[in-house]
Amino acid sequence: MGLGFYLGQPFAQHALLAGTLVAITSGLIGPFIVTRRMAFAVHGTAELSFTGAAAGLLVANDPVTGALTGSLVVATAIGVLGVHERERDSAIGVILAFGLGVGVFLLSLYHGFATEATNILFGQIFGVSTGQLFLLLAVALGVLLAMTVLYRPLFFASVDPEVAEARGVRLRLVGLLFLFVLALTVTEAAQIVGTLLVLSLAITPAAAAQRLSSRPAVVTGLSVLFAVLACDGGLVASLESNTVKASVFVTAFSFGIYVVARVGAGAARRVWPDRRTEAVRVG
Amino acid sequence: MTATTPTIRLRSAALHFGHRHLWDDLTLDVAPGEFLAVLGPNGSGKTSLLKVLLGLQDISAGTVEVCGRTPRRGSSLVGYIPQQKSFDRDLPLRGRDLVRLGLDGHRWGIGLPRRGASARITEVIESVGASPYAGSPIGVLSGGEQQRLRIAQALLGDPRVLLCDEPLLSLDLQHQQAVSALIDARRREADTSVVFVSHEINPILPMVDRVVYLVGGRWAVGTPDEVITGERLSQLYGTEVDVLRVRGRIVIVGAPDDAHAEQGGHHHHPDRVGTT
Repeated sequence: MGLGFYLGQPFAQHALLAGTLVAITSGLIGPFIVTRRMAFAVHGTAELSFTGAAAGLLVANDPVTGALTGSLVVATAIGVLGVHERERDSAIGVILAFGLGVGVFLLSLYHGFATEATNILFGQIFGVSTGQLFLLLAVALGVLLAMTVLYRPLFFASVDPEVAEARGVRLRLVGLLFLFVLALTVTEAAQIVGTLLVLSLAITPAAAAQRLSSRPAVVTGLSVLFAVLACDGGLVASLESNTVKASVFVTAFSFGIYVVARVGAGAARRVWPDRRTEAVRVG
Repeated sequence: MTATTPTIRLRSAALHFGHRHLWDDLTLDVAPGEFLAVLGPNGSGKTSLLKVLLGLQDISAGTVEVCGRTPRRGSSLVGYIPQQKSFDRDLPLRGRDLVRLGLDGHRWGIGLPRRGASARITEVIESVGASPYAGSPIGVLSGGEQQRLRIAQALLGDPRVLLCDEPLLSLDLQHQQAVSALIDARRREADTSVVFVSHEINPILPMVDRVVYLVGGRWAVGTPDEVITGERLSQLYGTEVDVLRVRGRIVIVGAPDDAHAEQGGHHHHPDRVGTT
């Protein structure tokens, strides 16, 4: 059965649709994660979606709903314990360690298929039920909508918090809302690439985009584009290969884009010294 | 509102944090176009005064008004210029983008580009002489360049009051002069009141109309010649302080660096007070 056959199947189409929406939100929040130095928060919420998924599996045989519900609990816990930025990483570490312990315990109570556990860690979007897929789609749309409302004050608060506060941005509220957006997006991405490989959609595309431009709108646009290319490309490639998981292709594509961006930007700067270097001389 | 109505009115205003009284019974009017310097050692409540005027901090007693109203967050009547800071070199933010945040960065939503806004941003950047580097990433600009853009950012909303929190800190002398001259020009052209928090009076001495000197709960208001004298500062600090005037500069000798050094033994970074 070739790729054309699979692409005609509703399950593959739905997965691609979900993957595209998740990639768009991941690419959209990526530059904020980099600027706000929240890579550890991404990693923490991703790994903790394992606990949520294990709980969901045990209670209702539904890891997706479990992971999404768990991510809200985790975001709340990080928001409450990590009020100040310098406490945030240690708060995440504390929650992560305890939460993973709970997850291991829950999984030891589960006597279903062992592949379910592997799917949580490494992703398996093609395996989820239609109902779960529509839930993922609905959450992705909700997060996308929230980001359009949050975008401007979040940008201000991320690049220039002191003046943002002086101009009336409520830093704590904006930071907390972003934490929920982040937790939901990361959990959604974990369904595709797995909890262990979420950074390939949430960080790598934004990091690649930042090598190529200093215009905020361009960086956001490129970050979204790279995330969608890596995600959909990875999903299609795994349909084609039939044996290798999508997450392998997604991480490979996203890393490849990063390498090309990094090398390309470096070469371009040597050939055409741009305003970055010029500004250093002037300043 | 006529030109003589004060832009800032404080009546018996007090600010307490628990048992600590930053200032008490502070009564002060600031006129349009007036340049008011806020001086004093660390922890004396200079920045807190700006927070009150920005609507970020409630006062403990008395009343405060900015342009006839209780200060509220995000008011376009007020512009804010912070001290220079270091941005990451690869932060995706150009000088122009930083300025733009001053226009509507605090509003909800995406903020699509508008042609009128873009022209206004270009005009303000031009007026502070920042056009040559406004397209460069903010992280590679010098402190002086960054502060010019900060002035443009604050002026974008055409404020009636300009609140400056140590905008000259860690700039070299030449940039200190250029930046303070821009602020001075703005208040003369547009009758904007300037409230300028500083450790250092000397870079702004030629343009200062009046001084508020805050020291550990006590305060004095007046022209620099009235307030910055050995007698007044000795009263404020409660210890013997000498003030020397040398070649148009003021040198203060004997003022403790820290407003609370004698009270709690908290360690603060030592800081220069009006000395050079």
